[in-house]
Amino acid sequence: MLRSLAVLAFSLACGAAAAQGTIRIGVLGPMNFVQGEHHWNGAEMARDEINKAGGVNVGGKRMQIELIRGDTNEIQSVPDATNTMERVITRDKADFLIGGFRSEAVLAMQEVAMDYKKIFLGVGAAHSKLGANVESNYGRYKYWFRVSPTKDVDLARTLFSVMGAIGQQIRTELKTETPKVALLAEKAVWTEGLVAAAQKTLPALKMEVVGLWQPSAVATDVTAELSAIERAGAQIVFTMLSGPVGIVVGRQMGERNMKAVAWGINVEGQKEEFWQAAAGKANFVSTLDTYAEVEYTPKTVPFVRAYRERFKKPPTYTAATYDAIMILRAAIEKTGSMDADKIVDFIEKNEHVGTGAYATFDKRHDLVWAVGKTSGIAVQWQDGKKVPFWPPQVKGMQPFKMPKP
Amino acid sequence: MLQDILVTGLVNGGVYALLAIGFSLIFGVARIVNIAHTGFYMLAAYLFYALLVKAGLGFVLSGLIAVTATTLLSVVCYRLVIEPVREHEAAVLIATIALGLIFQESMLLTFGGHYLGIPSTLEGTVRVAGVSIPYQRLLILVVAAAMLAGVWFLLYRTRLGLAIRATANDLEVATLMGMNVRRVAMATVGISVALAAVAGVVVAPVFVVDPFMWLAPLVTMLAIVVLGGLGSLKGSLIGALIIGYVEAITVFALPGGAYLKGAVALVIMVVVLLARPEGLFGVAFEEER
Repeated sequence: MLRSLAVLAFSLACGAAAAQGTIRIGVLGPMNFVQGEHHWNGAEMARDEINKAGGVNVGGKRMQIELIRGDTNEIQSVPDATNTMERVITRDKADFLIGGFRSEAVLAMQEVAMDYKKIFLGVGAAHSKLGANVESNYGRYKYWFRVSPTKDVDLARTLFSVMGAIGQQIRTELKTETPKVALLAEKAVWTEGLVAAAQKTLPALKMEVVGLWQPSAVATDVTAELSAIERAGAQIVFTMLSGPVGIVVGRQMGERNMKAVAWGINVEGQKEEFWQAAAGKANFVSTLDTYAEVEYTPKTVPFVRAYRERFKKPPTYTAATYDAIMILRAAIEKTGSMDADKIVDFIEKNEHVGTGAYATFDKRHDLVWAVGKTSGIAVQWQDGKKVPFWPPQVKGMQPFKMPKP
Repeated sequence: MLQDILVTGLVNGGVYALLAIGFSLIFGVARIVNIAHTGFYMLAAYLFYALLVKAGLGFVLSGLIAVTATTLLSVVCYRLVIEPVREHEAAVLIATIALGLIFQESMLLTFGGHYLGIPSTLEGTVRVAGVSIPYQRLLILVVAAAMLAGVWFLLYRTRLGLAIRATANDLEVATLMGMNVRRVAMATVGISVALAAVAGVVVAPVFVVDPFMWLAPLVTMLAIVVLGGLGSLKGSLIGALIIGYVEAITVFALPGGAYLKGAVALVIMVVVLLARPEGLFGVAFEEER
């Protein structure tokens, strides 16, 4: 008994000592899913790079980064996500928090983090409300920043910029003045703003919206929707899909030999596994993305190559946990402190050149949107390869292709 | 638009019918509330994926092994989990929910939450009335028809079928008549799970394989079997077609509410049950029995 107590006391003492010399960062994500996997991978790359270089200089004292793995299970359960956040803060004593994916869950997780005044760098959720909270109640929500992606409204701006380019190509190739667009958006809170924006903006871009179809995010079959879209004569299917329905759409469009081309957000389409999951049928599916071997920032190509070498696959946008940790390191080193208020002040006032963006933050602590700076890139699946095609000014872009008429 | 609805509803109804036949046998005829039924369907799909895509064994061998292995597993699960509590319906319900969740979590641990694709057994499409239909979906229709005929033959033209119906009707009397009710129940579970496994192998190539793929069909299958009338194979087929058509009509008539197609189908089921609590063909079945 006495021996056990002694061992326990020794372990606790060692743990406390170790904790004193480390910066504990909670990486929160659905770890059994691709999004969480990339959250963790990106964070591991940053941790290893920083620790190998001697750690973080905190006011003259070198501290190592320690990652805490928080499996939020948020795709299945929002309460699981908030419980994990609570656990990572209270039991695991995290100093900083990064990650999150599903907007509904991140909104709830944000509340828990703000209760404890913990800096939470979001990497995954797009809903505007997350940033609007900062604007409406700065004192409470100032510890939140959205590192990736841009907020939903800005995602829409990127989507319409690319849509304009695709529309122009269709006008030229198909000799039509007004390309027809079908809106295919999963029923979820994050698509609401995008759908409204599309219905308003596309006619202004001289495109005709032929209808809105809203399958479930987990629908396993969209044949009825695609039949109706074909019947409506759409030339572009504007996708707003984050769930597995994105795979079903890609596969079934290919199986039906649809002449329409899919462009928009298809989160599953960003993953390397998409081609296999769609049984090799998803040719011409295109989506907004974050990473490719193009010179978006000076850090993009080295990061993507190192990531691919280490994990045998390219990163998805949730791997921007790498950038989040690098922002934290810069803030801690420049302020010489782990004080949350000082770090918030530093992040607000400086530009951060990351692997996926030149990040500066607005009063909502959202990324300031600009093409080629924070807009991300557009990619298209062409014969099993994910080919980047937009923005054209970035070096390494290739042509966008249409199915044969 | 009418031809779209007619063709899409028929093809999707065929997919549902294929899934519903096994469930109808276990739930409707044998009255074993096996909630894990679609879990076996998921296991077969995963096995088929692993053997076909990872091991490269080919369609036929992969399909045969997947169906056989899943069926054998179901017999083991029956002996270990269902049989000890068979007398108590609520306990069977809870035990099979647990079984389904164990399958789900096992697949999550083994394959992760990744969405996996299985290549089509038959490639290509055919246009019917201006509507594209992949050959794989036509294959599903053919397999569903063959399975339906096979199960009908088994139930109404064989001694085993007679025994299955007899034990479902009255367990004690069946025992007194000298039937080995334990073996009959085990055979029923085995046959129904084999049907689910065939569905997994044939249907999975048109869906996406993931650890949660058993949940949505479970709700739809319950709706179809209850809508058609417990124990009626004909009812299950018609229930499947009704659900297929209701979903197609919902999508075409209410594109912005396509996500509601499942809910609309369930509302139809509730309405039918309010008018006919025994389901569409429940009474006919009772008389047959």
